[in-house]
Amino acid sequence: MSDTGTVGQGITVTKTGEQGAFGGELLTINFGPHHPSTHGVLRLIVDLDGEQVRRLKPVIGYLHTGIEKQAEALRWQQVVVVTDRHDYLSPPINNLAYALAVEKLLGVEVPPRASALRVIMSELTRIASHLVWLGTSGIELGASTMLMYCFRERDTILDMNEEISGFRMHTSYIRPGGVMADATPRFLEMLDRFIDKMPSNVDEYEALLTMNPIFRSRTIGIGRLPAEDAKVLGATGPMLRGSGVAWDLRKTMPYSGYEKYDFEVATSDLCDCYGRYLVRIKEMREAVKILRQALDRLPDGPVNIDDRKVLPPPREELETSMEAVIHHFKLFTEGYSVPAGDAYVAVESGRGENGCYVVSDGTHKPRRVKFRSASFVNLQPLERMALNHMVADMVAIIGTADTVLGDVDR
Amino acid sequence: MGLDNVIAEALPDIITTRLDSLVNWARKSSLWPATFGLACCAIEMMATTDARHDLARFGSEVFRASPRQADVMIVSGRVSRKMAPVLRRIYDQMPEPKWVISMGACASTGGVFNNYALLQGVDKIVPVDVYIPGCPPRPEDLLNALMILQERIKAQGITPRQ
Repeated sequence: MSDTGTVGQGITVTKTGEQGAFGGELLTINFGPHHPSTHGVLRLIVDLDGEQVRRLKPVIGYLHTGIEKQAEALRWQQVVVVTDRHDYLSPPINNLAYALAVEKLLGVEVPPRASALRVIMSELTRIASHLVWLGTSGIELGASTMLMYCFRERDTILDMNEEISGFRMHTSYIRPGGVMADATPRFLEMLDRFIDKMPSNVDEYEALLTMNPIFRSRTIGIGRLPAEDAKVLGATGPMLRGSGVAWDLRKTMPYSGYEKYDFEVATSDLCDCYGRYLVRIKEMREAVKILRQALDRLPDGPVNIDDRKVLPPPREELETSMEAVIHHFKLFTEGYSVPAGDAYVAVESGRGENGCYVVSDGTHKPRRVKFRSASFVNLQPLERMALNHMVADMVAIIGTADTVLGDVDR
Repeated sequence: MGLDNVIAEALPDIITTRLDSLVNWARKSSLWPATFGLACCAIEMMATTDARHDLARFGSEVFRASPRQADVMIVSGRVSRKMAPVLRRIYDQMPEPKWVISMGACASTGGVFNNYALLQGVDKIVPVDVYIPGCPPRPEDLLNALMILQERIKAQGITPRQ
């Protein structure tokens, strides 16, 4: 750390004094937190030899929101709202992890229709999340039209979110004890149309990218992550499956009735950015398959558990039953209490293992809520992947990790 | 106005106007935002630029990666205490005249997160022109905020703000 100079705005270069392979000195540069290609507010400290990356250190915390601490101050049913906001590209999946953990402590099981609706929302979210990834990664690699195509379909999904929950992004739809409301006929219609249309849309994306020579040369062989390294560094989701490991929590540790659906786990042996792209494209297709099955076999029945201690009574009951009024009052003033204990539940989000660990001391507020976020752990292989690559390739590699900084910092 | 009529009759190709109106018309019609995505709202900000909402209709689709080329900073999302100095620095790097839109509940007031980690409103560190409620606001809300900002700009003078 001898000499520091500024080259243009916000970029500070420090000479390390180390000799590089090309006769020059290694330079330390700062990348982010405000940089258009870091997918949010990721900051990287990169040691460069010429233009090759020799060391890379992510600096996180620029979006630290204190969500886990905040959850300790909220009642059990209120925590759902903050779970939406950590991985903001897959809110219903975050809800699901939390809801399953609380349900495990409560010892309840949701009705089959609720489970199916949860699967539908999870898969829609997975597609929406992959679409944002595809659109933004496309822009970074020069395919700026991708964003237009991807956001077109994403908006269709957000319209469905709005139809079923009343809100575009942070639905808070999946709650401990079931889901917010039953699917409306219009939602099912929209879903049906979406399922019919989506495969041809994915074809369209593939027509733009899969055989595109620029895209291929920017991604094939870039950011290699062998299966062993991926496992050792704790990568999950498309990062792990892109290295040829068929580990998908929906198959290996099924939840919400995923074992009843017929779908393939997308993997690729290429172990590079292109492989991870193929995995995500395949996952979108598989998600559509799951949606079709879930819609066709959507069971009838209630969407919530029948427990007045956990969920509020229906509106019409409030007018006739004193007991219902008391339950309603208790729920919205004090909340419900959860038996003391702890539970960990992991679900597969668009980014990998999205876990939720809750500790209860038997009161109406959680003692501790901890999220095992896939994005945070998926940052670990970043240095391994970016080593000896050019700076421009590093951008492709950050994109392929698909980190959501809200999820990393929480 | 007598003089206007005389000029209009004598020289039909010439439009007369005040310099303030002309400059502000140009400013309001090409408000370039700085690419400054923070959290959830940034995704809705991206959605505002898509084909369906089409921010380009209001002359604001050109998101600039460099604050030197930007006119308006859309603070889209929660600002943590660690991010605050960075945000202020980006604001300082933007050339005058500049405007700030505080997008969403978190940027405006801290939103649902009243805790140690978050700045309780970005107006603590930069002057805000338009606040947008919502968590996150819909793309239409952002468009509306932009139109409100355009109205404000039209009413301003051309000299830098104090």
